[in-house]
This record gives sequence, structure tokens and C-alpha cells, in this order.
Amino acid sequence: MTMSHLIACNNLSKTYRLGDIDVEALRGINLAIQPGEFIAIMGSSGSGKSTLMNILGCLDVPTAGSYCLNGRDIAHAEPDELAEIRSRTIGFVFQNFSLIPKTSALENVQLPLFYQGLSLREQRSRAQSALARVGLANREHHYPTQLSGGQQQRVAIARALVSAPSLLLADEPTGNLDTQSSQEIMDIFQSLNHTDGLTILVVTHEIDIAAYASRQIQMRDGCILSDQTSIGMGMRVS
Amino acid sequence: MGSFFVLTVFTAFRFLNRNRLRSGLTTVGIIIGVGSVIAMVSIGEGAKFAIQAQVASMGTNMILILPGATSVGGVRGGSGGAVTLTVNDALDLQKKVPTLHETGWAKRDVMQIVYGNQNVNVPVNGISPTYLTIRDWSFTSGGPFTEGEMETTSRVALLGQTVVDNLFVPGEDPVGKMIRIRNVPFRIIGVLAPKGQSPTGNDQDDIIFIPFTTAERRVLGTQFLGSVGALFASTERPEDLPAAVEDIQRVLRDRHRLQPDQPDDFTIRTQVDIGKVQEGTGETLTIMMFSVASISLLVGGIGIMNILLVSVTERTREIGIRMAVGAKRRHILIQFLAEAMTLSMVGGLLGVGFGILGAQATTIVAGWPTIISFEAIMVAFLFSAAVGLIFGIYPANKAARLNPIDALRYE
Repeated sequence: MTMSHLIACNNLSKTYRLGDIDVEALRGINLAIQPGEFIAIMGSSGSGKSTLMNILGCLDVPTAGSYCLNGRDIAHAEPDELAEIRSRTIGFVFQNFSLIPKTSALENVQLPLFYQGLSLREQRSRAQSALARVGLANREHHYPTQLSGGQQQRVAIARALVSAPSLLLADEPTGNLDTQSSQEIMDIFQSLNHTDGLTILVVTHEIDIAAYASRQIQMRDGCILSDQTSIGMGMRVS
Repeated sequence: MGSFFVLTVFTAFRFLNRNRLRSGLTTVGIIIGVGSVIAMVSIGEGAKFAIQAQVASMGTNMILILPGATSVGGVRGGSGGAVTLTVNDALDLQKKVPTLHETGWAKRDVMQIVYGNQNVNVPVNGISPTYLTIRDWSFTSGGPFTEGEMETTSRVALLGQTVVDNLFVPGEDPVGKMIRIRNVPFRIIGVLAPKGQSPTGNDQDDIIFIPFTTAERRVLGTQFLGSVGALFASTERPEDLPAAVEDIQRVLRDRHRLQPDQPDDFTIRTQVDIGKVQEGTGETLTIMMFSVASISLLVGGIGIMNILLVSVTERTREIGIRMAVGAKRRHILIQFLAEAMTLSMVGGLLGVGFGILGAQATTIVAGWPTIISFEAIMVAFLFSAAVGLIFGIYPANKAARLNPIDALRYE
């Protein structure tokens, strides 16, 4: 593992305690991700893919093993350090869109910059260009309830992009969307990966969604079952 | 960081505005607490002012010296029973006590007054001209008698408003008219401005003043010339009163040749003594008001805490989202504290408004004097802000300590 890895996990494991039973969600994951990769993590529910994403996204810490992000070991970081990393380095897209209700699209997108302490003017202009990037320049002042599912998810993508992260994590981003909208969302991801070189990690259980990615990782029972790079899609290694 | 605070407060306002009914009901406790503080302090201050005005109507900085009790064979008579004070005592005090501004003297008796076919029984006071300034009497018509009229035992009289009301028809000017006091004719030269009730409930305007010399030689009679019913003195400033009282006691004991083991044959009283009793009543009232107000502020604070706990639970997912996009614990903490303080401070402002209205309504409906106290407004408002802060800490801390994953998964 060299410094050029964006993500380097070594023997990563996570154990939950549910009542009296210890649940091993992750059992010794070894994973290296280069900048610019587009990866799909697949697996049935309970396979540990969401747990892995939470740890990679600095929402959770592993029970054992090491996790280096941008060459920094953050397996034992404090909650506020993790918040700082999420704020600067990681963008999230969730299955249920996770927009703040009764708050306009523009303000939802501004939120990460608000917590970075940027001036209102800068928050505005960067949020506007992020919304334009996902094709919602004319929906800035709509509330989430006034937007379709696909549009809400695009707002969520704009929010994930606005802080210019080095990693975009999407947990079942098309799980609540129809085929048409799913395709639009995946097209945006692909464009972000191809044009901007953004590293994207999508958790999904749908094969046709995973097909957009250039590398597919199969998980089962907290272990990586297979890890293959699609032929023809090509990897963008810097 | 500046923009963070501005936006946090803005966000807090917007969230509270969205739940207007809930926010309104939550602030009711604070509104009642702050409102009652403002209204009650206003009423209290008004009452205090009224008492002070009443005490001042007796003459400010006034010292009253009464003749002492007679003591015959161990049986003590009432205060004022003996004739121990004289005009010369007063003149000597004026010379020997530097803090005294003026000294005066008076003697009184209730007499029948006749005007035309009307008659009344009124306390007639023979006074030195200085008495009027010591007691702060002013005139609505005419003026005081002079030293010259005092020396020539002139038959001139000053009438209090109550006497005028009883003897004369409304609109009639008594100045220049003749009345008879115990069959001695007197010319009225002045009508005194009304003072109203004394702190002890006497009608201070039911009174007639005539020159002291005239009183002792023509009307009241005397045991010996120069004996007085009471001495009056005033100091320039209220702070001088205690020192003046000590000096007066020393000079009078010396003049009356009292041995160290003999008790005073006179009694000294000041306005301070009278005012103290009244203010004590006011303080009890104030303490009571503050306990009532603190209880409603406490209840209001618990209301805020309760609604904030509900809000934290309802918005668990939102907190999770905020954490996922980079909010630190202190950001979440400040957001909920801002909401708590916005609630309590809006309640505080409304309370100030209702308090002022309540005070004014009291004046209109009950006729009590009220004074809106700026200090009370500031203290009550700051208190309401503090209530928001204190009762917001627990829910805000609860929100800030949420685990981001649990919060995001919360349904």
C-alpha cells in the first residue's frame, strides 16, 4: 500500500453487540481504492456492505484494523475529527434522499459549506453552481416536497458535491427511484467520474446499477467475496 | 464564525415560526413570568413613590422635638405631658448646631372657628414663620405672615384647604375675610396648598396657622411665655440628620441641666423613622412578587425543555443528516440552544409588553400609581434569556451526543 491510495483498509473488522450476542458485521476487510475509481459494492442485506460504507464514510469507527484515508490513519479518530473529515473530504448520497424538510433546495446544498463557516455569499454561489451541475438551476427555491424523487436525489448529489470532496459515497442511491430517474442519477455519477475524476463508491444490490461502475466488489457475511474490474470500462489511475 | 451565528439564529426563528402554535404555547410560561415581574415591580415602585411623596409632604429632612413625659414618683405620663421646651431652646439650637438649616416652634389647641353663620372645630397652631418652610407648606392664595406681624402679635391667620372647604362656599376667596377664633377676630391672609393625608392617616389640611406670639398672648394662653408644644428643625441634606439629632440631644440636655443618670426630658423624631416602616412593607411585597415570578419562569423553563426534547426526537434524522454533511457536536449544540433561547427571549419580549400593558391597566382600572422600571425590564429580559440557556442545555446536549449512524437510521 502506497501513499497514492485514496483508501487503504487493512484487516478491518466491526463487531456490534445486540443484546447478549456479538454480531460480526465485518471480518477482516482488506481494500485499496485509487483516486478516480468508480466502484460498486454489492451484496445481499446483512452482508456488511452498509457497515463498510459507514466506516469508509467516517460515520463509524472500526472495532479492529486500520483505515487510512488520504494516507492518514483515522481508525481511532474522535467524533469531531471525523466530522471535520466528512465536511471536507466526503460527500454522501442516501437511499431516502435525506434532505432537510421544509428547507429549499439551495439551502440544503449550502449546508456543508455552512458548517465549514464560509460566508453566506460564497455558500450561495457554490451551491448554485452545484445545483446547475446536476441540472436543477431552476429549482433553487423549491422545497423537497415540491420536487420529484429523481430531483430530490439530484439535490442530494449537489449537496455531496458542493464541498468538492475527494470521495463520493452513495448508499442505494436509486433504491427509491423508477428506472428512468435511476438512469439519470447513474448518468450523473458516471459523468462526475469521467469528467471530474471524482472517486465514487456506490452500494447497491442491483446488477444493472453496479454495471455503471468500473469495479465491482461482492460481499457476503462481512467478507469480500469477489473484486473485479470491468473489461473495457478502464480504470483511471492517476 | 459570525455568519454561522447569524444563520443559526435565523434558522431557529424559521423553525419556531413553522411550529407557531407549539412555540406560542411554550412561551406562555415565560410571558407570564416576565409579564408579572414587570407589572408587579411597576405597581411596587408606584406604591413606594406614593409613600415617599407622602413622607415628603411632612417636610423633608424634618426633625421633630417633643417635650418629654412628666415623671412624678415613678409614674410616667404621656409624651408631651410636660412643658419642657421653649422658644429659647430653639434659638439656642440654631446657634449651636451647625448642621441645622432652620428651626421653628409651634403650640396647638383645638378651637372653635366662626365665619358668618358657619363654625368648625379645628386645631389652631401658633407657629414661628420658619415652621412653614420646614414643613414645606406652600400657598394657593395669599402668603405667609412676616416677622413683623409675629412681633406685633398681629391677628392674621392661614387656613388649610379642609377648613376653607368647610367654612366658605366654593369659589369664594377667603383671603381678606375675617374669621373669629375663640371670639377673637382674625384676618385671613393666606390659603395653604393641600397636602392630603399624613402617613399616619391624619388630614393635614384640617388646620389653621396663626403667629406664635399671637397664639400664646391672645388665644391659647400659656403657662409661661415662650413655652412651646413642639420644636421643629430641618437640615440641608438628609445625610446630616443623624449627626443633627445627636447634637440636638447634647445641646438640649446641657440647657436643661440634666445629670448623666437622668433620662431625656424630650423626644426627637425624624422622617427617616416613619419612612422605614413603610418601605419595609414594600420590601415584603417585592419578595413575594419575585417568588411568584421565579416560579412561573421555572415552569416556563421546564416547558421549553420539554418541547425541545420532543423536537430533538422528532428531528433525529435531520440531526443525523447535519452530522453526515459535517456538523460538529458544537454546531448541533448551538443550534438547539439558539432555539431554546429564541423561544425564551421572544417570550421575554412579549412578557415585557404584557407587563407594561398590565401595569397601565392597573392604573386605569384600580387607580393605583405605577412606575415602569427600566431596570426591572432589563433584569426580567436577561432572566428569560438565562432560563432558555439553562433549560436548553440538556436537550441540546442530548442532540449533540447522538451517534450519526443511529440518527440517520432513526425512523
